[in-house]
Amino acid sequence: MGGIRTTGDLVARMQLRKKMRLPQAKKYVADKLGVSIVDLTDSTVMRGLREELGIGVITAVPGAPRGIEAKVRVADLLGVDIPCLKRLAL
Amino acid sequence: MTTIRTRMGDGYAVEISVEEVKADLVAGSADAVKRGKVPPLEDAEIDYLLELFSNPSRIMGVEPGHEVVLTKDGSVNTLCSAQLSSGVGLPLSRESAIRVFERAFGFDTMEVGHPDYSFKPVKPIVALEATSLEQVLLTTIVPIFYGAMPNFGLYARPDGPFPNPADLLPRGQIAEAREAQLEMAEACREDMLYVSRVMDEMGADGINFDTTASAGDAEFLATLQAVEELAATTDLAVEVGMAAEFVLGFHGEVEYKGTRLAGLWPHQQVKVVEETGAHIFGPVVNTNSGKSVPWNVARAVTLVKECSRVASIPIHANVGMGVGGVPMFEVPPSDCLTRASAAMVEIGRVDGL
Repeated sequence: MGGIRTTGDLVARMQLRKKMRLPQAKKYVADKLGVSIVDLTDSTVMRGLREELGIGVITAVPGAPRGIEAKVRVADLLGVDIPCLKRLAL
Repeated sequence: MTTIRTRMGDGYAVEISVEEVKADLVAGSADAVKRGKVPPLEDAEIDYLLELFSNPSRIMGVEPGHEVVLTKDGSVNTLCSAQLSSGVGLPLSRESAIRVFERAFGFDTMEVGHPDYSFKPVKPIVALEATSLEQVLLTTIVPIFYGAMPNFGLYARPDGPFPNPADLLPRGQIAEAREAQLEMAEACREDMLYVSRVMDEMGADGINFDTTASAGDAEFLATLQAVEELAATTDLAVEVGMAAEFVLGFHGEVEYKGTRLAGLWPHQQVKVVEETGAHIFGPVVNTNSGKSVPWNVARAVTLVKECSRVASIPIHANVGMGVGGVPMFEVPPSDCLTRASAAMVEIGRVDGL
């Protein structure tokens, strides 16, 4: 699905955290982002949206959240736990 | 006579007629029906596959909106390891290589794993693996697994402490061979739990058990028991990827919660895996190198389609060298790889690859 270029990481997290089958996982993420299913893999749409939401973008933009900083926002956006964030005591 | 350029299961190109391709598609699916006791492909699905293989384009894909999630085994061995892992031998650290997969290749998930990709050799150096995982978790956005193989054979002599069942069985020492496998299973399970618990403490998103049941039913049992405990007591998502299309009955009598494990096919394997609480199941269908790729792909999607139909957890089919219809060759040809992948998505109805 293109990873952080689009939304592959987000859909994957719903499979990992909630055991969602693919259609359910895509719908969940699309609803959270306010986009269509087709937009989930549209790199033009997602490049801007990911930067706006601070959930990590594929290009090296100075100051854009990356790594664990982005994952905090991913967890908040999706409403799921991300295990490594427990170590930040958030 | 119109011919189609395709390949055999060994990777070598052939030119065969459209009629032969269709015959191979039907025959491949029929073989899956006969062996796996699963429903055959529908006529429309055979037509889709025929169109897929008739298309002269080298690279095939799926319709927009049909893309699936990718999970990976073997960690970064593809980049950093040698021929033994089909690796290209780049002098990259694992941490750097994972960043390459995330940002240059656009992978949906990634995993940390050791070049000696099995739980037994990782156990004594788990601190090294843990620190690598920690560093990766700090710097990446995609979900990160820790991956390794149960690799049951490492527990038997000469590599391990237990009598080797492969030596005992030809001598007719069946009871002794079964006892040895159960002892191996206990040791293997403990190693898998030990390593996995450390990775859970580090904050890994999941554990990937790769090539599960490579040595048969006792190895499958050890893995199922480990997964059950991890699913119940940790925050780890657990992916169980198989080694072969059916479970070899090397022991023959082991059961998991009343289901005998020997002889299970993917649509049956997924049900016992689900009982453990696992999150993702990765079925395997082995490539027959003596048959054409159309035959192999039709066979593979027939088996996986039924697995996907009965599953309640995500299905990530194994599609790579020698599995999922892809030729058994060190450098998998992209024309076959993309066709097998598209078929798995559109007909196999998988949730990932």
